[in-house]
Amino acid sequence: MNSIAVIGASLAGLRAAEALRREGFEGTIHLVGDEPHEPYDRPPLSKQILAGTWEIEKAWLAKPEKYEELALETHYGVAATGLDVAGLNVALDTGATLDIDGVVIATGARCRTIGEPLAGVFTLRTLDDAQGIRAAFDKGPGRVVVVGAGFIGAEVAATARELGLDVTMVEMATAPFERSMGAEMGAVLADIHRDQGVDLRLGVGVSGFTGDDAVTGVDLTDGTHIEADVVVVGVGVIPNTEWLADSSLDITNGVLCDETTLAAPGVVAAGDVARWPNPHFGETMRVEHWDNAITMGTHAAKRLLHGESAGPYAPTPWFWSDQYDRKIQLAGRTTDFDRFELVNGDTESRTFAGIYGRGGRIVAVLGFNRPRHVMRYRALIDEGVSFDDALAADI
Amino acid sequence: MGFKVVVDFDLCESNAICMQIAPEVFEVRDDDFLYILNETPDEGMREKVEESAQRCPKQAIKLEDLPAAE
Repeated sequence: MNSIAVIGASLAGLRAAEALRREGFEGTIHLVGDEPHEPYDRPPLSKQILAGTWEIEKAWLAKPEKYEELALETHYGVAATGLDVAGLNVALDTGATLDIDGVVIATGARCRTIGEPLAGVFTLRTLDDAQGIRAAFDKGPGRVVVVGAGFIGAEVAATARELGLDVTMVEMATAPFERSMGAEMGAVLADIHRDQGVDLRLGVGVSGFTGDDAVTGVDLTDGTHIEADVVVVGVGVIPNTEWLADSSLDITNGVLCDETTLAAPGVVAAGDVARWPNPHFGETMRVEHWDNAITMGTHAAKRLLHGESAGPYAPTPWFWSDQYDRKIQLAGRTTDFDRFELVNGDTESRTFAGIYGRGGRIVAVLGFNRPRHVMRYRALIDEGVSFDDALAADI
Repeated sequence: MGFKVVVDFDLCESNAICMQIAPEVFEVRDDDFLYILNETPDEGMREKVEESAQRCPKQAIKLEDLPAAE
Protein backbone atom coordinates (compact mmCIF):
# COMPACT_ATOMS: atom_id res chain seq x y z
CA MET A 1 0.00 0.00 0.00
CA ASN A 2 1.56 3.28 -1.13
CA SER A 3 -1.09 5.88 -0.68
CA ILE A 4 -4.20 6.32 1.46
CA ALA A 5 -6.91 8.98 1.38
CA VAL A 6 -8.66 9.98 4.59
CA ILE A 7 -11.89 11.69 3.59
CA GLY A 8 -13.01 13.96 6.41
CA ALA A 9 -10.61 16.34 8.19
CA SER A 10 -12.38 15.52 11.40
CA LEU A 11 -11.61 13.95 14.77
CA ALA A 12 -12.06 10.45 13.31
CA GLY A 13 -10.09 11.37 10.19
CA LEU A 14 -7.15 12.91 12.02
CA ARG A 15 -6.93 10.07 14.55
CA ALA A 16 -7.00 7.59 11.66
CA ALA A 17 -4.12 9.44 9.98
CA GLU A 18 -2.16 9.43 13.24
CA ALA A 19 -2.77 5.72 13.70
CA LEU A 20 -1.60 4.98 10.14
CA ARG A 21 1.74 6.61 10.94
CA ARG A 22 1.96 5.02 14.38
CA GLU A 23 1.41 1.62 12.78
CA GLY A 24 4.34 2.25 10.46
CA PHE A 25 2.71 3.41 7.22
CA GLU A 26 5.28 5.52 5.37
CA GLY A 27 3.39 6.24 2.14
CA THR A 28 1.34 9.27 1.16
CA ILE A 29 -1.64 10.21 3.35
CA HIS A 30 -4.17 12.61 1.84
CA LEU A 31 -6.42 14.36 4.36
CA VAL A 32 -9.46 15.86 2.62
CA GLY A 33 -11.98 18.12 4.38
CA ASP A 34 -14.72 20.34 2.97
CA GLU A 35 -14.38 22.96 5.73
CA PRO A 36 -11.72 25.65 5.26
CA HIS A 37 -10.28 24.95 8.73
CA GLU A 38 -7.76 22.45 9.97
CA PRO A 39 -9.29 19.67 12.12
CA TYR A 40 -10.84 20.99 15.33
CA ASP A 41 -12.60 19.68 18.39
CA ARG A 42 -16.39 19.99 18.34
CA PRO A 43 -17.43 19.57 22.02
CA PRO A 44 -16.23 23.10 22.96
CA LEU A 45 -18.43 24.62 20.24
CA SER A 46 -21.59 24.42 22.37
CA LYS A 47 -19.71 25.37 25.54
CA GLN A 48 -16.44 27.33 25.72
CA ILE A 49 -16.48 28.70 22.15
CA LEU A 50 -20.16 29.66 22.44
CA ALA A 51 -19.62 31.19 25.88
CA GLY A 52 -16.69 33.17 24.48
CA THR A 53 -14.22 31.88 27.06
CA TRP A 54 -12.01 30.12 24.48
CA GLU A 55 -10.22 31.46 21.44
CA ILE A 56 -10.67 29.32 18.34
CA GLU A 57 -7.04 28.22 18.39
CA LYS A 58 -7.66 26.32 21.59
CA ALA A 59 -10.00 24.00 19.72
CA TRP A 60 -7.46 22.93 17.05
CA LEU A 61 -6.91 19.20 17.40
CA ALA A 62 -3.17 19.22 16.80
CA LYS A 63 -0.23 21.57 16.98
CA PRO A 64 1.84 22.50 13.90
CA GLU A 65 4.69 20.20 15.05
CA LYS A 66 2.29 17.27 14.94
CA TYR A 67 1.40 18.00 11.32
CA GLU A 68 5.09 18.18 10.43
CA GLU A 69 5.62 14.80 12.03
CA LEU A 70 2.60 13.28 10.24
CA ALA A 71 3.60 14.72 6.83
CA LEU A 72 0.05 14.78 5.46
CA GLU A 73 -1.05 16.03 2.05
CA THR A 74 -3.87 18.26 3.31
CA HIS A 75 -6.77 19.35 1.12
CA TYR A 76 -8.88 21.78 3.20
CA GLY A 77 -11.93 23.44 1.72
CA VAL A 78 -12.15 20.55 -0.75
CA ALA A 79 -15.02 18.08 -0.93
CA ALA A 80 -14.90 14.52 -2.19
CA THR A 81 -17.58 14.00 -4.83
CA GLY A 82 -17.24 10.33 -5.67
CA LEU A 83 -15.54 7.05 -4.85
CA ASP A 84 -14.72 4.33 -7.35
CA VAL A 85 -14.53 1.30 -5.08
CA ALA A 86 -13.20 -1.13 -7.69
CA GLY A 87 -10.44 1.15 -8.97
CA LEU A 88 -9.85 2.93 -5.63
CA ASN A 89 -10.10 6.48 -6.91
CA VAL A 90 -11.56 9.46 -5.11
CA ALA A 91 -12.97 12.35 -7.18
CA LEU A 92 -12.66 15.84 -5.67
CA ASP A 93 -14.72 18.95 -6.36
CA THR A 94 -11.57 20.67 -7.66
CA GLY A 95 -11.72 18.31 -10.63
CA ALA A 96 -8.72 16.34 -9.41
CA THR A 97 -8.74 12.59 -8.76
CA LEU A 98 -6.80 10.85 -6.01
CA ASP A 99 -5.55 7.47 -7.21
CA ILE A 100 -5.00 5.60 -3.95
CA ASP A 101 -4.67 2.11 -2.46
CA GLY A 102 -6.88 2.61 0.58
CA VAL A 103 -9.62 4.94 1.79
CA VAL A 104 -10.82 5.92 5.26
CA ILE A 105 -14.34 7.36 5.03
CA ALA A 106 -14.81 9.84 7.89
CA THR A 107 -17.16 12.43 6.40
CA GLY A 108 -19.28 12.67 9.54
CA ALA A 109 -22.77 14.08 9.52
CA ARG A 110 -24.60 17.36 9.14
CA CYS A 111 -27.51 18.88 11.05
CA ARG A 112 -31.12 18.25 10.23
CA THR A 113 -32.93 21.51 9.60
CA ILE A 114 -36.52 22.69 9.89
CA GLY A 115 -38.04 24.67 7.02
CA GLU A 116 -36.27 27.11 4.73
CA PRO A 117 -33.18 29.08 5.82
CA LEU A 118 -34.13 32.20 7.83
CA ALA A 119 -31.93 34.79 9.52
CA GLY A 120 -31.71 34.15 13.23
CA VAL A 121 -32.32 30.41 12.92
CA PHE A 122 -29.17 28.37 13.47
CA THR A 123 -27.92 24.82 13.68
CA LEU A 124 -24.68 23.99 15.48
CA ARG A 125 -22.13 21.61 14.03
CA THR A 126 -19.22 23.68 12.75
CA LEU A 127 -16.91 26.37 14.03
CA ASP A 128 -18.61 28.85 11.69
CA ASP A 129 -22.01 27.87 13.14
CA ALA A 130 -20.74 28.48 16.68
CA GLN A 131 -19.32 31.88 15.76
CA GLY A 132 -22.61 32.84 14.11
CA ILE A 133 -24.62 31.95 17.22
CA ARG A 134 -22.06 33.66 19.43
CA ALA A 135 -22.46 36.87 17.40
CA ALA A 136 -26.25 36.63 17.72
CA PHE A 137 -25.96 36.13 21.49
CA ASP A 138 -23.69 39.16 21.72
CA LYS A 139 -26.51 41.35 20.41
CA GLY A 140 -28.45 40.62 23.60
CA PRO A 141 -31.50 38.83 22.18
CA GLY A 142 -34.74 39.05 24.14
CA ARG A 143 -35.41 35.35 23.91
CA VAL A 144 -33.53 32.31 22.66
CA VAL A 145 -35.59 29.29 21.65
CA VAL A 146 -33.80 25.97 21.52
CA VAL A 147 -35.50 23.25 19.49
CA GLY A 148 -34.59 19.75 20.65
CA ALA A 149 -33.29 18.75 24.08
CA GLY A 150 -30.51 16.41 23.03
CA PHE A 151 -26.77 17.14 23.27
CA ILE A 152 -26.77 20.30 21.21
CA GLY A 153 -30.03 21.72 22.54
CA ALA A 154 -29.37 21.03 26.20
CA GLU A 155 -25.79 22.32 26.09
CA VAL A 156 -26.72 25.45 24.14
CA ALA A 157 -29.56 26.09 26.61
CA ALA A 158 -27.14 25.74 29.53
CA THR A 159 -24.56 28.06 27.95
CA ALA A 160 -27.22 30.63 27.03
CA ARG A 161 -28.59 30.62 30.61
CA GLU A 162 -25.07 31.06 31.97
CA LEU A 163 -24.77 34.11 29.68
CA GLY A 164 -27.94 35.44 31.31
CA LEU A 165 -30.22 34.99 28.29
CA ASP A 166 -33.89 33.99 28.47
CA VAL A 167 -34.24 30.47 27.11
CA THR A 168 -37.18 28.33 26.05
CA MET A 169 -36.38 24.74 25.13
CA VAL A 170 -38.86 22.72 23.08
CA GLU A 171 -38.68 18.93 22.91
CA MET A 172 -40.99 16.44 21.24
CA ALA A 173 -40.17 13.60 23.69
CA THR A 174 -41.32 13.57 27.30
CA ALA A 175 -37.83 14.38 28.66
CA PRO A 176 -34.43 15.68 27.58
CA PHE A 177 -32.04 12.87 26.52
CA GLU A 178 -34.97 10.45 26.66
CA ARG A 179 -33.60 8.30 23.84
CA SER A 180 -30.23 7.78 25.51
CA MET A 181 -31.10 7.64 29.24
CA GLY A 182 -34.82 6.83 29.39
CA ALA A 183 -37.77 8.95 30.54
CA GLU A 184 -37.21 8.56 34.28
CA MET A 185 -33.61 9.81 34.36
CA GLY A 186 -34.38 12.32 31.63
CA ALA A 187 -36.91 13.84 34.05
CA VAL A 188 -34.07 14.52 36.52
CA LEU A 189 -32.27 16.44 33.80
CA ALA A 190 -35.49 18.30 32.97
CA ASP A 191 -35.70 19.52 36.58
CA ILE A 192 -32.11 20.74 36.45
CA HIS A 193 -32.91 22.88 33.42
CA ARG A 194 -36.10 24.22 35.02
CA ASP A 195 -34.23 25.12 38.20
CA GLN A 196 -31.76 27.04 36.06
CA GLY A 197 -34.60 29.08 34.64
CA VAL A 198 -35.20 27.35 31.31
CA ASP A 199 -38.81 27.44 30.15
CA LEU A 200 -39.05 23.78 29.14
CA ARG A 201 -41.84 22.68 26.80
CA LEU A 202 -42.01 18.89 26.55
CA GLY A 203 -44.09 16.60 24.38
CA VAL A 204 -44.60 19.26 21.74
CA GLY A 205 -43.09 19.81 18.30
CA VAL A 206 -42.34 22.81 16.11
CA SER A 207 -44.64 23.46 13.18
CA GLY A 208 -42.76 26.44 11.78
CA PHE A 209 -41.08 29.79 12.29
CA THR A 210 -42.53 33.28 11.91
CA GLY A 211 -40.74 36.29 10.45
CA ASP A 212 -40.03 37.54 6.93
CA ASP A 213 -36.46 38.84 6.94
CA ALA A 214 -35.49 37.37 10.28
CA VAL A 215 -37.09 35.03 12.75
CA THR A 216 -39.60 36.58 15.16
CA GLY A 217 -41.03 33.46 16.76
CA VAL A 218 -41.72 29.75 16.79
CA ASP A 219 -45.08 28.07 16.20
CA LEU A 220 -45.62 24.88 18.18
CA THR A 221 -47.78 21.92 17.18
CA ASP A 222 -50.15 22.55 20.10
CA GLY A 223 -50.99 25.97 18.62
CA THR A 224 -48.77 27.97 21.00
CA HIS A 225 -46.58 30.75 19.65
CA ILE A 226 -43.29 31.72 21.34
CA GLU A 227 -41.51 34.96 20.48
CA ALA A 228 -37.86 34.46 19.59
CA ASP A 229 -34.93 36.55 18.39
CA VAL A 230 -32.58 33.61 18.07
CA VAL A 231 -33.50 29.97 17.41
CA VAL A 232 -31.04 27.10 17.67
CA VAL A 233 -32.25 23.86 16.13
CA GLY A 234 -30.71 20.65 17.50
CA VAL A 235 -32.87 17.86 16.10
CA GLY A 236 -30.27 15.33 15.07
CA VAL A 237 -27.97 14.75 12.13
CA ILE A 238 -27.84 13.11 8.71
CA PRO A 239 -24.74 11.09 7.74
CA ASN A 240 -22.77 12.66 4.89
CA THR A 241 -22.96 9.88 2.33
CA GLU A 242 -24.35 11.58 -0.79
CA TRP A 243 -20.89 11.59 -2.38
CA LEU A 244 -20.97 7.78 -2.20
CA ALA A 245 -24.32 7.42 -4.02
CA ASP A 246 -22.73 5.78 -7.09
CA SER A 247 -20.10 3.82 -5.17
CA SER A 248 -22.04 0.53 -4.71
CA LEU A 249 -21.52 0.82 -0.94
CA ASP A 250 -24.58 0.36 1.28
CA ILE A 251 -25.24 3.89 2.56
CA THR A 252 -28.57 3.37 4.30
CA ASN A 253 -28.23 5.51 7.48
CA GLY A 254 -24.45 5.68 7.18
CA VAL A 255 -21.78 3.60 5.47
CA LEU A 256 -22.39 -0.03 6.36
CA CYS A 257 -19.21 -1.84 7.44
CA ASP A 258 -18.50 -5.34 8.67
CA GLU A 259 -17.50 -6.05 12.28
CA THR A 260 -13.95 -4.93 11.53
CA THR A 261 -14.97 -1.48 10.05
CA LEU A 262 -14.35 -2.68 6.46
CA ALA A 263 -16.94 -1.43 3.95
CA ALA A 264 -15.30 -2.91 0.81
CA PRO A 265 -11.78 -4.14 -0.04
CA GLY A 266 -9.46 -1.22 0.69
CA VAL A 267 -12.30 0.88 2.10
CA VAL A 268 -12.92 1.44 5.82
CA ALA A 269 -15.19 3.90 7.63
CA ALA A 270 -15.13 5.54 11.06
CA GLY A 271 -16.96 8.01 13.24
CA ASP A 272 -20.46 9.48 12.86
CA VAL A 273 -20.77 8.31 9.25
CA ALA A 274 -20.08 4.61 9.93
CA ARG A 275 -22.59 1.89 10.78
CA TRP A 276 -21.38 -1.51 11.83
CA PRO A 277 -22.47 -4.61 13.76
CA ASN A 278 -20.98 -4.27 17.23
CA PRO A 279 -20.55 -7.90 18.35
CA HIS A 280 -20.38 -6.93 22.02
CA PHE A 281 -23.99 -5.68 21.96
CA GLY A 282 -25.36 -7.78 19.08
CA GLU A 283 -26.60 -4.56 17.52
CA THR A 284 -25.79 -2.76 14.28
CA MET A 285 -25.10 0.79 15.40
CA ARG A 286 -23.99 4.20 14.26
CA VAL A 287 -22.43 6.12 17.14
CA GLU A 288 -22.19 9.91 17.09
CA HIS A 289 -19.90 10.29 20.10
CA TRP A 290 -16.52 11.96 20.42
CA ASP A 291 -14.75 8.97 21.96
CA ASN A 292 -16.03 6.66 19.23
CA ALA A 293 -14.56 8.92 16.56
CA ILE A 294 -11.12 8.39 18.13
CA THR A 295 -11.28 4.67 18.80
CA MET A 296 -13.02 3.82 15.52
CA GLY A 297 -10.67 6.02 13.49
CA THR A 298 -7.76 4.22 15.11
CA HIS A 299 -9.28 0.79 14.55
CA ALA A 300 -10.15 1.53 10.92
CA ALA A 301 -6.54 2.55 10.22
CA LYS A 302 -5.28 -0.72 11.68
CA ARG A 303 -7.86 -2.67 9.67
CA LEU A 304 -6.69 -1.03 6.48
CA LEU A 305 -3.03 -1.79 7.14
CA HIS A 306 -3.17 -5.16 8.89
CA GLY A 307 -6.29 -6.82 7.43
CA GLU A 308 -8.49 -9.14 9.43
CA SER A 309 -5.89 -9.55 12.18
CA ALA A 310 -7.10 -6.11 13.41
CA GLY A 311 -10.12 -8.05 14.72
CA PRO A 312 -13.68 -6.89 15.32
CA TYR A 313 -14.44 -3.39 16.58
CA ALA A 314 -16.43 -4.07 19.74
CA PRO A 315 -16.38 -1.00 22.00
CA THR A 316 -18.67 0.02 24.82
CA PRO A 317 -19.78 3.45 23.52
CA TRP A 318 -19.38 6.33 25.95
CA PHE A 319 -20.37 9.99 26.01
CA TRP A 320 -20.26 12.91 28.33
CA SER A 321 -22.24 16.14 28.33
CA ASP A 322 -21.47 19.16 30.50
CA GLN A 323 -24.55 21.16 31.50
CA TYR A 324 -24.29 23.82 34.21
CA ASP A 325 -22.29 22.19 37.03
CA ARG A 326 -23.35 18.66 36.09
CA LYS A 327 -21.13 16.21 34.24
CA ILE A 328 -23.43 13.67 32.64
CA GLN A 329 -21.83 10.48 31.37
CA LEU A 330 -23.34 7.39 29.86
CA ALA A 331 -21.46 4.25 28.83
CA GLY A 332 -23.07 1.36 26.95
CA ARG A 333 -26.39 1.01 25.16
CA THR A 334 -29.78 1.55 26.76
CA THR A 335 -31.73 0.22 23.74
CA ASP A 336 -34.71 -1.85 25.03
CA PHE A 337 -33.38 -1.88 28.62
CA ASP A 338 -35.61 -3.84 31.01
CA ARG A 339 -34.02 -2.93 34.37
CA PHE A 340 -32.60 0.16 35.99
CA GLU A 341 -31.17 0.52 39.50
CA LEU A 342 -29.44 3.38 41.25
CA VAL A 343 -26.08 2.16 42.56
CA ASN A 344 -24.76 5.35 44.13
CA GLY A 345 -26.14 8.65 45.40
CA ASP A 346 -29.70 9.81 44.81
CA THR A 347 -31.62 11.75 42.20
CA GLU A 348 -32.64 14.50 44.68
CA SER A 349 -29.02 15.63 45.02
CA ARG A 350 -28.51 15.09 41.26
CA THR A 351 -25.33 13.27 42.08
CA PHE A 352 -25.77 9.59 41.34
CA ALA A 353 -24.89 6.57 39.25
CA GLY A 354 -27.35 4.01 37.91
CA ILE A 355 -27.08 0.90 35.81
CA TYR A 356 -29.26 -0.45 33.00
CA GLY A 357 -29.86 -4.13 32.28
CA ARG A 358 -31.23 -6.10 29.38
CA GLY A 359 -31.79 -9.85 29.33
CA GLY A 360 -30.02 -10.28 32.66
CA ARG A 361 -26.84 -8.47 31.56
CA ILE A 362 -25.58 -4.99 32.46
CA VAL A 363 -25.70 -2.96 29.23
CA ALA A 364 -25.21 0.65 30.34
CA VAL A 365 -24.26 2.95 33.21
CA LEU A 366 -25.35 6.55 33.72
CA GLY A 367 -23.68 9.03 36.03
CA PHE A 368 -24.42 12.60 37.10
CA ASN A 369 -21.13 13.90 38.53
CA ARG A 370 -20.02 10.32 39.14
CA PRO A 371 -17.19 9.73 36.63
CA ARG A 372 -15.40 7.14 38.74
CA HIS A 373 -18.49 4.96 39.01
CA VAL A 374 -19.22 5.27 35.31
CA MET A 375 -15.74 4.03 34.42
CA ARG A 376 -15.83 1.17 36.94
CA TYR A 377 -19.20 -0.07 35.67
CA ARG A 378 -18.09 0.48 32.10
CA ALA A 379 -15.36 -2.08 32.76
CA LEU A 380 -18.06 -4.52 33.93
CA ILE A 381 -20.02 -3.88 30.72
CA ASP A 382 -16.83 -4.62 28.76
CA GLU A 383 -16.51 -7.89 30.67
CA GLY A 384 -20.13 -8.80 29.93
CA VAL A 385 -21.09 -9.55 33.55
CA SER A 386 -24.68 -10.19 34.68
CA PHE A 387 -26.86 -7.37 35.98
CA ASP A 388 -27.05 -9.00 39.42
CA ASP A 389 -23.28 -9.40 39.64
CA ALA A 390 -22.89 -5.75 38.66
CA LEU A 391 -25.38 -4.76 41.38
CA ALA A 392 -23.43 -6.77 43.94
CA ALA A 393 -20.03 -5.48 42.80
CA ASP A 394 -18.00 -3.48 45.28
CA ILE A 395 -17.39 -0.26 43.33
CA MET B 1 14.61 6.93 27.95
CA GLY B 2 11.67 7.09 30.32
CA PHE B 3 8.77 9.49 30.41
CA LYS B 4 6.88 11.60 32.89
CA VAL B 5 3.09 11.94 33.08
CA VAL B 6 1.98 15.56 33.33
CA VAL B 7 -1.65 16.54 33.92
CA ASP B 8 -2.91 20.09 33.53
CA PHE B 9 -5.26 20.22 36.51
CA ASP B 10 -6.76 23.49 35.29
CA LEU B 11 -8.09 21.58 32.28
CA CYS B 12 -8.83 18.23 33.95
CA GLU B 13 -12.51 17.69 34.69
CA SER B 14 -12.18 14.16 36.05
CA ASN B 15 -13.89 12.40 33.16
CA ALA B 16 -11.96 9.36 34.39
CA ILE B 17 -11.47 7.81 30.97
CA CYS B 18 -7.72 7.70 31.70
CA MET B 19 -8.49 5.65 34.79
CA GLN B 20 -10.16 3.02 32.68
CA ILE B 21 -7.32 2.83 30.16
CA ALA B 22 -4.41 3.00 32.61
CA PRO B 23 -5.60 2.33 36.19
CA GLU B 24 -1.96 1.73 37.18
CA VAL B 25 -1.28 5.43 36.60
CA PHE B 26 -4.56 7.33 37.01
CA GLU B 27 -7.20 7.20 39.72
CA VAL B 28 -10.28 9.37 40.21
CA ARG B 29 -11.28 9.09 43.86
CA ASP B 30 -14.52 9.68 45.74
CA ASP B 31 -13.69 13.38 46.01
CA ASP B 32 -13.93 13.47 42.17
CA PHE B 33 -10.33 14.56 41.78
CA LEU B 34 -7.79 12.82 39.62
CA TYR B 35 -4.68 11.46 41.31
CA ILE B 36 -1.55 10.37 39.49
CA LEU B 37 -0.45 7.15 41.13
CA ASN B 38 2.86 6.95 39.30
CA GLU B 39 4.37 9.99 37.57
CA THR B 40 7.17 8.03 35.93
CA PRO B 41 5.74 4.68 34.87
CA ASP B 42 7.76 1.99 33.13
CA GLU B 43 8.29 2.25 29.39
CA GLY B 44 5.84 -0.64 28.98
CA MET B 45 3.04 1.71 30.04
CA ARG B 46 3.79 4.30 27.36
CA GLU B 47 1.19 3.06 24.88
CA LYS B 48 -1.61 3.10 27.47
CA VAL B 49 -0.67 6.55 28.74
CA GLU B 50 -0.51 7.85 25.17
CA GLU B 51 -3.98 6.43 24.54
CA SER B 52 -5.18 8.12 27.74
CA ALA B 53 -3.78 11.44 26.51
CA GLN B 54 -5.46 11.04 23.13
CA ARG B 55 -8.84 10.07 24.56
CA CYS B 56 -8.90 12.66 27.34
CA PRO B 57 -11.92 14.87 26.50
CA LYS B 58 -10.10 17.90 27.90
CA GLN B 59 -6.70 17.04 26.35
CA ALA B 60 -5.24 17.58 29.80
CA ILE B 61 -2.61 14.80 29.77
CA LYS B 62 0.89 15.15 28.34
CA LEU B 63 3.89 12.84 28.18
CA GLU B 64 7.30 14.43 28.70
CA ASP B 65 10.40 12.50 27.76
CA LEU B 66 12.95 12.19 30.54
CA PRO B 67 16.70 12.39 29.86
CA ALA B 68 18.40 9.00 29.90
CA ALA B 69 19.54 7.91 33.36
CA GLU B 70 23.26 8.36 33.99
